[in-house]
Amino acid sequence: MEHAPLRRLDGGGPRAFLHRLRHGDEVAHLLTLTFAAGILLLTSMLVYELWVNSHLSRAKFGWMFFWTTTWDPIFDNFGAAPFIYGTLVTSVVSLLIAVPLGLAAAIFLSELAPRRMSDTISFLIDLLAAVPSVIYGLLGIFIVVPLMRTTVGPALIGSLGHVPVLGRFFKGPNYGVGFLTAGVVLAIMVVPFIISVSREVLLTVPREQREAALALGATRWEATWKVVVPWARTGILGSVFLALARALGETMAVTMVIGNDPKISASLFAPGYTIASVIANEFTEATGDLYLSALIELGLVLFLMTFILNGLARLLIVATERGRGSPS
Amino acid sequence: MNRVALIWRKSLNVVMLTLTGVAAFGVVAVLFLILGYLVWNGGKSLNFDFFTKLPKPVGETGGGMANAILGSLKLLFLAALMGVPVGLMAGVYLAEFGGKTFSYIIRYTTDLLNGVPSIVIGIFAYSLAVLPFKHFSTMAGGVALGIMVIPITVRSTEEFLRAVPGSLREGAMALGASKWRTIATVVLPAAKGGIITGVLLALARVAGETAPLLFTAFSNRFWSPGWGQPIASLPVMIYTYAIAPYDDWHRQAWAAGLILLALVLVANIGTRVVLSRGGGGRSA
Repeated sequence: MEHAPLRRLDGGGPRAFLHRLRHGDEVAHLLTLTFAAGILLLTSMLVYELWVNSHLSRAKFGWMFFWTTTWDPIFDNFGAAPFIYGTLVTSVVSLLIAVPLGLAAAIFLSELAPRRMSDTISFLIDLLAAVPSVIYGLLGIFIVVPLMRTTVGPALIGSLGHVPVLGRFFKGPNYGVGFLTAGVVLAIMVVPFIISVSREVLLTVPREQREAALALGATRWEATWKVVVPWARTGILGSVFLALARALGETMAVTMVIGNDPKISASLFAPGYTIASVIANEFTEATGDLYLSALIELGLVLFLMTFILNGLARLLIVATERGRGSPS
Repeated sequence: MNRVALIWRKSLNVVMLTLTGVAAFGVVAVLFLILGYLVWNGGKSLNFDFFTKLPKPVGETGGGMANAILGSLKLLFLAALMGVPVGLMAGVYLAEFGGKTFSYIIRYTTDLLNGVPSIVIGIFAYSLAVLPFKHFSTMAGGVALGIMVIPITVRSTEEFLRAVPGSLREGAMALGASKWRTIATVVLPAAKGGIITGVLLALARVAGETAPLLFTAFSNRFWSPGWGQPIASLPVMIYTYAIAPYDDWHRQAWAAGLILLALVLVANIGTRVVLSRGGGGRSA
């Protein structure tokens, strides 16, 4: 039934088209449905193109692609390990900074600040999320990198460099660019996501929870930390996953401050490389088919990583906001 | 002993709560730091030439980014042309027609597309619009940005259509209007402000995208007539100028950064103001 109007519409000329449209809920339905299905098609095509175009590389290197560390376009030998390492390290560093900072700020906004102040600050933080990545990169190059080279880096090497286990991460030459710098810039970029999602989740915690804790003699902080935060922890975890997914896929800012050197080093001051930045830097110069294919496979890896994380984040956030946070 | 414990708990309370405040204001301070730094550095380097002149050859100082400004506008125009209709129609479908399972799948896919790293969108647009023609083009850049516009538009359209009260729909239907007519003449106009806002925000977001343009629109140091040639854009220019070793290029990168940030922030703040005034279809 539903297909009939569309078929006639093609051959019917403009007047028949108008006539049909006048009575055509089905036409409108089908039309909008087509566009909605278009999104489905587009996304499937994205996966398909990544899969097909990375065929050469997948066929030649197989799973070894993920374990080998040479990246040699001249001899057509490609291993992704340094990039995966760089992506993970920078993301973890950024989360180590952004999670405590973001959670603290979210607690302030949901528990302490008066509503108006909370809304204003949240708006400003949302603006921070709207700042283009390349601008973070610009500031990274001209502010964070020099700062890291002259002040923060030497201070960290001087103090933490001598601590037994931890010291391994804070040794070696300090160029200003590297994993730590990229992590810091990323942290600034993802913190708005952690704050805005966590704040919303915290606001769904029922009032009675706080009141009960306070009535039992808990201080404000204890009520927050031992009752409110645990109540919202699934959603907060969701915000962290969301931030992680963004950090993994972030390209420009990282490319501008990480040093772009495909090496695996324990030192956070060493220059590195991430999946996104190697694609950004080498895609236009990739001459051989295998070279291009390897880069596209990296894109596929990145896509899968963010796909899984976004899915998990969504599940967690929905679970808290719907399942537990129903206001009573 | 109890007393000591109490003092400890109370001071912990004060310290931790203060720290949360410091964190919140610290993050906001970063925004103002960024703004201040860009206004300071960009303002110093901004001049009339920036808006009217082409980039000078490497090594010569001066010149501007007129071609990149026009390029960004052309790319945004293409992105809107390709992305907005799809996003709008799909949004209407989700809000007005959608069933349960299929809508859920579409929503999920939209979120997925929204979360795809922009560099991966770049690869996709490359294989769609660069590989077949064997050269970079304005069109390919438009495709990349257009794809990114879609999910944002879908979600905002759906949200604002849903905010239109059901009584409006019922009123129109009771007067004998068909469903599509109700949507086209009653529901969509009621949500118009919000939908336009959503589209503007989507465009503001892709206006700052660099990664998907690197190997689709590429760049160009000259004017790019038509739609089939590589074209310069502000974000890509900022990137190339910032990583180059010339002071004069750094100066221009700051100027371009200021312009880009100003555009993005004005769009964000402006739409926010419009929305809070109730022009977004949330009123009534």
